[in-house]
Amino acid sequence: MAKITYIEHNGTEHVVDVANGLTVMEGARDNNIPGIEADCGGACACSTCHVYVAPDWVGKLPAKEAMEEDMLDFAYEPNPERSRLTCQLKVTDALDGLVVQMPEKQI
Amino acid sequence: MSNIVVVGAGQAGSSLVAKLRNLGHDGAITLIGEEPVPPYQRPPLSKKYLLGEIDLERLYLRPESFYADNDITLLTSHTAVSLDRAGKQVIVNDRAIPYDQLALTTGSVPRALPAAIGGTLGGVHTVRTLADVDAMAPAFVEGGRVLIVGGGYIGLEAAAVAALRGMKVTLIEMAERILQRVAAPETSDYFRALHRGHGVDIREHIGLQHLNGDGDVTGATLSDGSEIQVDLVIVGIGITPATALADLAGLELANGIRVDARGRTSDASIWSAGDCASFPYKGNRIRLESVQNAIDQAECVAENMLGAEKDYVPLPWFWSDQYDTKLQIAGLNTGYDRIVTRGGGDAVSFWYFRGDTLLAVDAMNDARAYMVGKRLIEMGKSPDPARIADTDADLKPLLRG
Repeated sequence: MAKITYIEHNGTEHVVDVANGLTVMEGARDNNIPGIEADCGGACACSTCHVYVAPDWVGKLPAKEAMEEDMLDFAYEPNPERSRLTCQLKVTDALDGLVVQMPEKQI
Repeated sequence: MSNIVVVGAGQAGSSLVAKLRNLGHDGAITLIGEEPVPPYQRPPLSKKYLLGEIDLERLYLRPESFYADNDITLLTSHTAVSLDRAGKQVIVNDRAIPYDQLALTTGSVPRALPAAIGGTLGGVHTVRTLADVDAMAPAFVEGGRVLIVGGGYIGLEAAAVAALRGMKVTLIEMAERILQRVAAPETSDYFRALHRGHGVDIREHIGLQHLNGDGDVTGATLSDGSEIQVDLVIVGIGITPATALADLAGLELANGIRVDARGRTSDASIWSAGDCASFPYKGNRIRLESVQNAIDQAECVAENMLGAEKDYVPLPWFWSDQYDTKLQIAGLNTGYDRIVTRGGGDAVSFWYFRGDTLLAVDAMNDARAYMVGKRLIEMGKSPDPARIADTDADLKPLLRG
């Protein structure tokens, strides 16, 4: 279980508990948090679950695989350090306290 | 304008009702679905769900609580049997549900094999619903023998799962090659080699004469006269739009429920989106069978139900997962006259051109090629084919300017 803070582009914060084994994308979906679309449902096929991870979390997350890196490069205004696809971030206890911010839009 | 009813609780229906609330619609919304579960993702059914890698709850497009939380009445296990257009109500089971505006997101129905050639024997399955996949999953056991009829994406994905499970897999395709209806020969070649490398017996230009068995299927006779023994048959020979309700109600059909560019049917109070809707596109009329279309067309219809008067212009994309290969497709390849190949081996992409115009990209294990192609098509730009074919050339700069 991890407490995750999702911050919408307009600044609205959502703090929710997400069970281990789900993805950070599914945590947003299951709590009706807007701003993460995940059109492909988590297949790493669409780049519409893009977020910016809080700077102090960048180094604590598992490294990006090549597929995620390539998809992110073409997301909306990616940040080379902070951008992640939330469908590729699996929740564990180690993610307790994670803070992610939504981009202005998902493309 | 206040009371909206949506018939069909798949991806399109689910996207439509969510969008209505996002847009601030504060009237009643009722979503009616035949299946006993809330709207769920279908793509994983023939992939991770069949492999047993993902639980049912993770398939739900939105948690069950979403509907009540957003004041959306979700009626599962309900069948809309007819429409009373004059009285503006949907007849469901034993009652009538009134509407001011109605959307039909009834999806599609998999084609079945005729009973006369054994299509109703036990152990013969189509792949569309959770119930379909739950029914076939117990037969996916090591050493089991499966015949897959049809070499489209559904058949190939099922073949991949069966092969990974250690089953003996035979796949027959009536056309000259697998994926013939949807992809270039290059893409067919890629997937034929991929599957043969995993031990799948792919037989093209071979039809099914009949299935054999007494009660349950035990074998198949193929069009070349050969006979094979099977424990299980999966039929993936395409889908037909679910138009029965619209047809009964006298709405205009055209290979699907006929809608205008806004998604409106021949009845101004009734709309349609997703697999079942045929819409105008570049001087023709098409239907798209994809998640992208289900979401985007449904969201456009939601806007139009609230008065936006917006045309739906699809930006098609699609994906398929087979073994460790991810296929990503951007655009529609209809009318292409040549293929430009980028890369090779496992990571390769095929770029469909008509003259100098880029139409579509099939990318296998090459997300960069897919994303560049997708963005170029969205922007209406066509790259120099020589640049595409030069695997060492970075494509991202093509998006600038």
